[in-house]
Order: sequence, then structure tokens, then C-alpha cells
Amino acid sequence: MWRRGDSQWNLFDIETKHMSLSLTDKDHAMLRGDHGPATKMAMSILARMAEVAGAQELLDITGAHIDSTVYIGDAGLEFAERLANLGAKVSVPTTLNVSGLDEHHWQEWAVPNDWARQAQRQMMAYQSMGTIPTWTCAPYQTEMRPSFGQQIAWGESNAIVFANSVIGARTERYPDLFDICCAIVGRAPAMGLHLTANRAGKLLLQMKDIPEALQHSDDFYPVLGHFMGKTSLDRIPVVEGLGVIPNEDQLKALGAACASSGAVAMFHIVGVTPEARTLESAFQNKQPEETITVTMDMLRQSRRELTHTDSERLDMVVLGSPHFSLAEFKALAPLIQGKRKHSRVKFLVTSSRAMTLLAKQAGYLEALEAFGAQLTVDTCILTSPMLPAEIKYLMTNSAKFAYYSPGLLGKQITFGSLKDCVASAIEGKALRDESLWTN
Amino acid sequence: MDKLTLQGKPIIAGSASGLALVSREPLSFWGGYDWKTGEIIDRRHPLSGLIAKGKILAIPFARGSSTTTAVLLEAIRAGTAPNAIIITATDFFFALASVVATEMYSTSIPLVAVSESDFAKLQTGDQIETDEHGVISVFSHTPARPPIP
Repeated sequence: MWRRGDSQWNLFDIETKHMSLSLTDKDHAMLRGDHGPATKMAMSILARMAEVAGAQELLDITGAHIDSTVYIGDAGLEFAERLANLGAKVSVPTTLNVSGLDEHHWQEWAVPNDWARQAQRQMMAYQSMGTIPTWTCAPYQTEMRPSFGQQIAWGESNAIVFANSVIGARTERYPDLFDICCAIVGRAPAMGLHLTANRAGKLLLQMKDIPEALQHSDDFYPVLGHFMGKTSLDRIPVVEGLGVIPNEDQLKALGAACASSGAVAMFHIVGVTPEARTLESAFQNKQPEETITVTMDMLRQSRRELTHTDSERLDMVVLGSPHFSLAEFKALAPLIQGKRKHSRVKFLVTSSRAMTLLAKQAGYLEALEAFGAQLTVDTCILTSPMLPAEIKYLMTNSAKFAYYSPGLLGKQITFGSLKDCVASAIEGKALRDESLWTN
Repeated sequence: MDKLTLQGKPIIAGSASGLALVSREPLSFWGGYDWKTGEIIDRRHPLSGLIAKGKILAIPFARGSSTTTAVLLEAIRAGTAPNAIIITATDFFFALASVVATEMYSTSIPLVAVSESDFAKLQTGDQIETDEHGVISVFSHTPARPPIP
């Protein structure tokens, strides 16, 4: 929010007081405490932030997704329990992001007992507010998927960028702790990506001589997304010149990547995403602020940045950030059918309970089990201290895992395609097929 | 010692002082800031390995994860946060941590927005003081100013 060039917030107009926030009678009643102490607390934070942001009013939302479920420490837990103890209830359908552990199977991992107890308390606090315990970072792949034009307040960077870009629902890039305030009050500041004018592209990325065979490969999208995030920072990028129509999971991987390396809350792909039927509509008939030609060299560099080790050593393959979808389970099954991973290497898929159940019913999990893979729900390796210390070298097809693992976990990581990950797990060392990237 | 005075916009008003830690690279606090120690741990970030606790952290804005606010709130509670944060594009993620810290713990850290040209005048190691009105006093020991990483 308050992207550079936003007219509603002029950095250089130092003397200007914040534009006055105009609240409805009901907003005022919530602020006074007429709707209970939890709503009062949520509304005071919401109104204060709307004022700081220069919003002129609040608008109604019809859905929320809560990233505050991620357990970090005592402050986040105290915040959740303060709201819960005050009797907080959400006023719109509200999904929950990943938590700090796999609620029923955390003992199988290296999660310390006292940490687990705190994370469980945080789960219970948010569940007590009348939310839907989806425990997933891909709520857009559940039955709670929002619809085009719907005003929502979502946390979780990958979910935000997917909702705005791929679905055309409208949310600002909301942080933890704010998402739940919006969900309780049912309102959000009328600003940023809630408003049509702020959804126009700013930066044009023109693809040049990128082979279509590469564009069909699943590892192309995290690499492109990583590049987009680094280049766009907080601007809305518009991609022109893709030769293929990416599937939903490829767009999911792209979004998660650009929301990790940048502050991207929305992108357009001309001819693919719903607010970019044409180049002109993506830019709302304005001119791009900047145009960049994207070459294979740039993408090769981006791909290199996602790998943090020269070593072939491999301790674990990690898939599922964002959480694995049914289609991804379906794509994985034939790759591992009748095969067995190397005995020294672990193979982990992180997903939601809902997707896992569907995958089980569809028969995709049998191959996974026979391969020697493990499955974790509700959480992921970044939000749960689940990986034992002896696991030092990871391989993934996720740019988000690749981006955050070195800092959050202190682990070395190699980025590759889904096929690379499977082949490496079988061979017991990190291998990558370079053929699509060298030509 | 040179003194420079800059007029910023107080997003979260307050006064603070400390040594500056400056980078043009935005930072995600989740995966980028260890709230138990105040160390910057994003291994791709130019400030990686430096301690921001007790410093004046100057970065353009927060990138990446929605969890940045939660991490900064933990740092404020644990006393490992920067003394103030200076930004260019105003940042909701940082501002919210201060607003919630006020609600929960009656404390906050100042957040001041400056223009990009003023931001370029800041350098790691400068002694910085900020006041309630967004005035930033910069005391520099080094007249020669290499580019900010």
C-alpha cells in the first residue's frame, strides 16, 4: 500500500495532516465498544491504521484469510489470546493459514514440546473465533475460493497475489494481526488494491526469445516469478509475450515467488489473468512507467539465485510451498510410480488436510507411500521447527522454500523442477536437467 | 563532524536515537530478522549478519511475507527491535507492529518516511536522532560517502 506515485499519499507534502477518515455510525459504535470489547480493540487498530494510511473511509468485506495463525512467539500468542478472551468472533467467512505444526502428527518430527504447546494455544485461539480451520496457505484452492471482484482482507503473501491476480478478487497486501481485525469488524480501509484505479500495471515485462518448451516446464514459473519480484519491488508488473497459457499451479508458483523476492501483491499476464485481457486493459489505458525486455540470460541468472549451494549433497526433498494441490498430487504420482527414493534421502510433501483427503480418495497417495515419501498437513518447513538438525541440504521446486530456507532454517537449498526433485531423491544427490535452460 | 537535518513525515510519531544501519534493499522481517537477537538474517541482504537492535534501521520498505509485522511485534516485546525505522515508501507492515504494540504493551517504535533523495543522504554508521515531528538529525563522521548497498 501507498505505492510510489499513489495520489492519495503525498510523501513530500509534509505539512498536510492525514486526510480525515470518515466513519459510519456503525463504525463509531464499534469504536465505542457497543459491539463488545474484542470488536472495539479490532476497530481501534483498523481505524488507526486506516488513518495512518490516509484512507478516507472503510469498505465492507465479504471474506478474510488469517495469516496471524503462524506462531512466531509470545507477542503473537498474547495478541490472539487477548482477542479470544475478549470474546472475538469473525463477522465474515474466514479461512485460516498454516499454523506452527501438524496438529495431529507433530510428534513425528523435531518440534520441541513447549513450542508445540504454544503453537497449539495459538491455533485454539483463532479457531475459537468462529473461523474455518483450513490451515492452508492456498485457501484459493479450497471451497472458500473467492470470486472475481469480491472485496476481501487476506494475509499470506502468496495468497494475496493469487487472489488479486489470478482470481480478480480484491485485497490489499495485509500483514499478520491486521487480517483478523478486518475479519472481526467486517471492514477494511478503502484504499490500495481494493480500488480499481490502483490495480493498473506500472511495469511492462516483455518476454524475448523464451523457448515455448521451457514455458511448458513447471520450473519456468518460479524462476520468472523470482525475477518479477526483484524487478518490480512494490509495483504491479505486466507480463507480455508468453507463448503458452500457464495452468493454475504454475501461476500459484509464480505468485509465491514474486511475493517472496519482492513486495508484489498483484501481477497481470496479458491474455491470461482476468484484468489483463489486453495490454491496454492491464495498464488501464495508461503508459507503463518502465519497460524491461526479459531475456534468457536474465532468467538463467534468476534461476541461479534460487540455489544456495554448489554441493550435490542431498538430505531431503521438500515440495508444497504453497501447499500441494490435487493437481500437483496427480502430476507427482506417475513420476514416482513403481519407484523408491534413495534410503539416505527424505522426501516431504506439505499440503492441506482437504487436498490430502481428496488425493487419498483419488488414489494418488499409494504411489507416494510406496516411494517412501512423507506427508505433512497444516504447516510447512518454514513455519514449524519440524526438520531435525542433521537435515542440512534441501532440494525443492518452490521458489518460496528456496528464498526463505537459508535465513529461516540455516539450510542449504537447490532449486529444480518437479522431475529434477524426483530424480534426485532416487539417485541420492541433487541433479538437474539443464537441457531446457542451456539453449 | 557534519550535521545534516532532514524533514521526514512521522508515520508513527516518536523520538529515538542511535547509529544508522542503511540499505536500499527492502527486507522481509520473516526470514530476515531474528527477533531473539535483533540480527538481520536474510543471507541475500547487504545488511546480513549485522545487529539492528538499538539502531536506526533505514530500508525503503518491507518486502515478502505478511509475517513481517508479527516478527517486528515480537522484537518490540523482547526489546530487540531497532530504535526507529526510516523508510521511503510508507510501509503498513512496520506501522502496524507499532500500533499493535501500543495497544498491547503501551510502547511503540517511531517510523519516519523520507523522500528518496533524502534517504540517499543516510549512511551506515551515522549517528541519527529523530523527533516527534519527523525531523531527522544526522551526525556523520565520514565526509566521503560511498554508494549505499
